[in-house]
Amino acid sequence: MSAVLSSKPQAPENGSQRSEGVWHAAWRRMRADKVGMFSMAIVGAFILLMLLAGTGLVAADWTREVAVPNAQPTFMGPTPKDATGTIAVPTGPNVDLTDIDPLAPRYKEWAERAAKFKTTDSVKADTLPFGADRLGRDVLAKAVKGAEVSILVGLLAALLATLIGTVLGAISGFFGGKIGDLLEWVYNVFTAIPGILLIFAFAVIFGRGVMSVALILGLAGWTGIYRLIRAEFLKHSVRDYVRSAEAIGASQMSRMFKHILPNVSHVALVQLSLHVVGFIKSEVILSYLGLGVGVDQVSWGTMLAEAQSELILGHWWQLVAVTAFMAVFVTAFSLFTDALRDALDPKLRGLE
Amino acid sequence: MAAYLIRRLWQMIPTLLGVVLLVFFLFKYFGGDPAEILGGLNASPEQIQSIREQLGLNKPVWEQLWIFIQQIVTFDWGKSWATNESVASLFSSRLPATLTVMMPILILEVLVAIPLALGVAYVRGSLSDRVVMILTTVAVSISLLVYVIVGQYVFAFRLGWFPVQGWTDSFWTNLTTYAPLPVLVAVFVALSPYTRLYRTFFLDEIGQDYVRTARAKGLTEKTILLRHVLRNAMIPILTNVAVALPGVFVGSFLLEVFFSIPGLGREILLAVNRSDYPVIQAFAIYIAVITMVINLLTDVMYKLVDPRVVLK
Repeated sequence: MSAVLSSKPQAPENGSQRSEGVWHAAWRRMRADKVGMFSMAIVGAFILLMLLAGTGLVAADWTREVAVPNAQPTFMGPTPKDATGTIAVPTGPNVDLTDIDPLAPRYKEWAERAAKFKTTDSVKADTLPFGADRLGRDVLAKAVKGAEVSILVGLLAALLATLIGTVLGAISGFFGGKIGDLLEWVYNVFTAIPGILLIFAFAVIFGRGVMSVALILGLAGWTGIYRLIRAEFLKHSVRDYVRSAEAIGASQMSRMFKHILPNVSHVALVQLSLHVVGFIKSEVILSYLGLGVGVDQVSWGTMLAEAQSELILGHWWQLVAVTAFMAVFVTAFSLFTDALRDALDPKLRGLE
Repeated sequence: MAAYLIRRLWQMIPTLLGVVLLVFFLFKYFGGDPAEILGGLNASPEQIQSIREQLGLNKPVWEQLWIFIQQIVTFDWGKSWATNESVASLFSSRLPATLTVMMPILILEVLVAIPLALGVAYVRGSLSDRVVMILTTVAVSISLLVYVIVGQYVFAFRLGWFPVQGWTDSFWTNLTTYAPLPVLVAVFVALSPYTRLYRTFFLDEIGQDYVRTARAKGLTEKTILLRHVLRNAMIPILTNVAVALPGVFVGSFLLEVFFSIPGLGREILLAVNRSDYPVIQAFAIYIAVITMVINLLTDVMYKLVDPRVVLK
């Protein structure tokens, strides 16, 4: 057989005769999807921004008070100050009070002591392109840093939820029986408590911080993924290719994770992507309520919490900046998820 | 039917037991020490020791679990650590406010989303369908917080159409004066995801053979949509409403916080901030029971909506 093939070098290469792999086909479909590619570019830009902010290259000094409090947002620079006029210098003879001024002998001494200290005037901007918050911190830098924290939490939590859901779903669907019943029981228990209550209960226990929030959301949010992966494993574990693998002596672990998992991983990937958006929204709400990231960190949620009181004073820019950042990212990510699902699972195309 | 109900109720017991175990061990081994939370920062070791004695924290674990289960069965949760109010009265006094706000939200969002989604599904692929889809995609991506902040600012603070926040003891005043703004904001927020979801339900049905048959025999579009498609799509819609229903009892804690509504959601949030374990544990378990009962009722409702459904 190999001799025949090698004797015909003009025949098409082996690769093109093989049926196209699932990832390759998905990528081809994805590339044809203009909206999908555009949203993927935006998501990629945000991830890049997140990495830059994470390594301290961008927005590292978001805590610095670079402008006057509540500086207006404008690209035009500050409006020139009206000439208010200085106080007129009094004319007439200057009365020398040195004789009767009891402090007069010490003026020189004080001037000398004052000269020992150096004071530098910090120049504070009157306006910034995106404005400043009530402490004079740049809203743009905060929004970038907040994007880093919020997106990181969303990604970590989704990864954790997918990991738990996939592993438990695989075990439950593959083994069934007693272990399956046990895991189904755990699933029922977790779904019996409403998600938000579960999140609150975990929040009491784990406290605040980026890792805590990711842990809380991941632990409370794995059930949907578990359900889907379990159904896929149930379906696949009786298929011929898995039984053949068993016949040639593949271990249970090998069948679960080397044979079945690659065939259901697209389900997990789409779920991962779907959950990122949901978890980012949850993180924003948790942080707003003071159960999210730590007090020395900034996320979109803590910014919205500040924006609420600023809005009443008419300082709308922080609210608008956060909303715009979040809306762009979440919209792009949702569209990207849709495109990903369409590409990986063409049967679902057209359904929302 | 009776046999079905009994079997379903019987099946709830292991799940409920699981919830109890989860809540118990979560707070027992991962939460902070209740005695130290209760004693405060200045408590002496003797005081903490005596609080432990009072709460029975020195007893073996299984005995504590048994006490916990007794509390659940007898509805005697003791008192909130923070306010000393009994947990049962806390629950019953906060529930009316939550329901006053949440029930209109639930009813309105379903009633508004159904015709909207049906209309959009009917003109699928047209310009208006696409515009609605794009608008809802963007609308969904904005945080709920922004809607509440802006809604409160514009309609209450600036325009003065509604009070900014508040609550009274009178049900009618609450419903007509204080509830409308949170209800409007919540319905507006929920409209986007609900419209999208219901649209897919309707699209599933519009593609079915029976719709083609109905058209072929000359039924008007109105009859097809309202009598055939709507009725068949009611099953997934009902399921969806049932999934949302337990949330009604928790209340949208965000709305309650923003609009100072003394409901369950705000109470839970306060309890979380104060590490008030008895309140959180009681709420988690009661809400779990309510969720399971609602799930059962939903399955029975299927039977009423669709006679083909067989309850096994």
